[in-house]
Amino acid sequence: MARVVLEGLRKTYPNGFQAIHGVDVEIEEGEFLVLVGPSGCGKSTLLRMIAGLESITEGQLSIGDRVVNNLEPSERNIAMVFQNYALYPHMSVYKNMAYGLKIMGLPKAEIEERVRKAAAILELTDEQLTRKPRQLSGGQRQRVAMGRAIVREPSVFLFDEPLSNLDAKLRVQMRLEIKTLQANLGITSIYVTHDQVEAMTLGHRLMVLNAGNVEQLGTPIELYQRPASLFVAGFIGSPAMNFADARIDAAGKNITISGQAALPLGDGGMLEHGGRDVILGIRPEHLELVADAPDAVPMTVSVVEQLGADTLVHGHFGESKSNLTVRLDGIRHIKRGETLPIRVTPDHLHVFDPKTEKRL
Amino acid sequence: MLKNVHFGPSVLPFLLVLPQIAVTLVFFIWPASQALYQSVLLEDAFGLKTEFVWFRNFEELFSDPHYWSSFEITVVFSFLVAFLAMSFALVLALLADRVIKGSGTYRTLLIWPYAVAPVTAGALWVFMFNPTLGIVAYALSALGYEWNHQLNGGEAMALVVMASAWKQVAYNFLFFLAGLQSIPKSLIEAAAIDGAGPGRRTIDIILPLLSPTTFFLLVINIVFAFFETFGVIHAVTAGGPAGATNILVYKVFNDGFVGLDLGGSAAQSVILMIIVIGLTVVQFKYIEKKVSY
Repeated sequence: MARVVLEGLRKTYPNGFQAIHGVDVEIEEGEFLVLVGPSGCGKSTLLRMIAGLESITEGQLSIGDRVVNNLEPSERNIAMVFQNYALYPHMSVYKNMAYGLKIMGLPKAEIEERVRKAAAILELTDEQLTRKPRQLSGGQRQRVAMGRAIVREPSVFLFDEPLSNLDAKLRVQMRLEIKTLQANLGITSIYVTHDQVEAMTLGHRLMVLNAGNVEQLGTPIELYQRPASLFVAGFIGSPAMNFADARIDAAGKNITISGQAALPLGDGGMLEHGGRDVILGIRPEHLELVADAPDAVPMTVSVVEQLGADTLVHGHFGESKSNLTVRLDGIRHIKRGETLPIRVTPDHLHVFDPKTEKRL
Repeated sequence: MLKNVHFGPSVLPFLLVLPQIAVTLVFFIWPASQALYQSVLLEDAFGLKTEFVWFRNFEELFSDPHYWSSFEITVVFSFLVAFLAMSFALVLALLADRVIKGSGTYRTLLIWPYAVAPVTAGALWVFMFNPTLGIVAYALSALGYEWNHQLNGGEAMALVVMASAWKQVAYNFLFFLAGLQSIPKSLIEAAAIDGAGPGRRTIDIILPLLSPTTFFLLVINIVFAFFETFGVIHAVTAGGPAGATNILVYKVFNDGFVGLDLGGSAAQSVILMIIVIGLTVVQFKYIEKKVSY
């Protein structure tokens, strides 16, 4: 177990492409940090820099009390789980797990003990230990890949989208297993994913990356409740947040969506931004259907999606062009073309600057 | 359920395979059956009369010590060519796999020898090693070694082995490189994290995963050394000195077209045919069961 400290970490490729533009973070002992972002945002590159599979152009990386910038991957005391598992196809499951220990030069008895222990944790049977990886199912291969990481007893676990090759059901199950395992072992973990549900459920803290920049670092709930930028607001939450061009009135008390009824701003308004054009963000789950409320805004329905647990209603406010999605509980019988009275609670308005795309 | 689509009877499929069948008939089935037929005949050197002798040609062959020595020479020659060509190609491919800049040029240059005809390749090596004119022979004599493959059987063998292997390296290199590039990069990275250095990774991970390619190339190289090195032998040593490089395929030519023993030569080519059929069967049987990953 160890702290991992990234200070001003940068990566520039020989062709001049900057993949990572300076990342600073201190990952505490036993913490589970998730790097999340769309494909190409640099999250895998950053993980591979920590692993030692990519060189560090600038900045300092420490694991425990050592600076490891120039150490080989094997000297960093880490273990990594790859997206395609990267199991050695010609070795049995046992040998796959034992390979790293054999290279460390551990005595046979200790290797055996460690492999058996990891197999027990991951519920791999003795029979499965003798099989070749290709004779295992996707979920079992995933377990073996984790087993290979566990036996090394590393101070840091690195996960590179380990669940993306599994089917949806297995993914949910393995997600729980990873979370439980990490909590039980208490090993510092860094986990890369593009799936925001995985990110929200697994991480103690999330780092949202966009084009090599850190957009926001915080707990899942902080990111959900106070997204620092339009990017984070749109990325976290499913279905995605609604955005609309809006204007704050001169007094800073109300906000108007292109010509529609004004919505009151909570917390005494935003006086300092009075009279500004802004982008308003509202999560689909923070819109409610209310009969005869004075502050309700009429919404015209275009599409209804029934999910059983919820109903997603797509449409727009009156004449406004911006698409709007509303998430309602349970099964609702709503028809296309209907007009619904919708209300937003002031606490759940997110206001962003259209130029800097930062939260106001 | 999808079923195979059946069309009515048509001549089109037969027309489409006709050229291939014609080529096979004219260039393989016909000469091969001629060889089979000739191998049981005894013809006099002037071509005046022919006698049907059953398997006497084969009996003579198997009791001929020259034939057995040619067999031994062929085995040694094939083993050396295959080993040299494959090990050298593997080393080159392992190095080329790590090249990042200019890898295209490097690879193209390495492939060139394959485009050189065997006789030309042989001629090139003869020029370098000619005892009186050759630059390598000259360099060797400066080092105090008198090279003369026209007199020394071992040197002659070394020379034809080098010339043949040199030609085959390019082909092997291509296959090894393709094999290396099909190994997922993450496996190598996983091994690096497991603490294996480059040498250890090569032995523990890369070579086992290359084994299907290696086996395929082994068969191909043996077939090459057995049958396609005729040009090299002919240009470099003509089977000499004193039969030291007289491999089976060269002996077929020598006995048949120089010695004019048509029956004996045909019998030898029948035996060669059986060997190549055997090798092909082995290849097809095992290539299916290759290590899959």
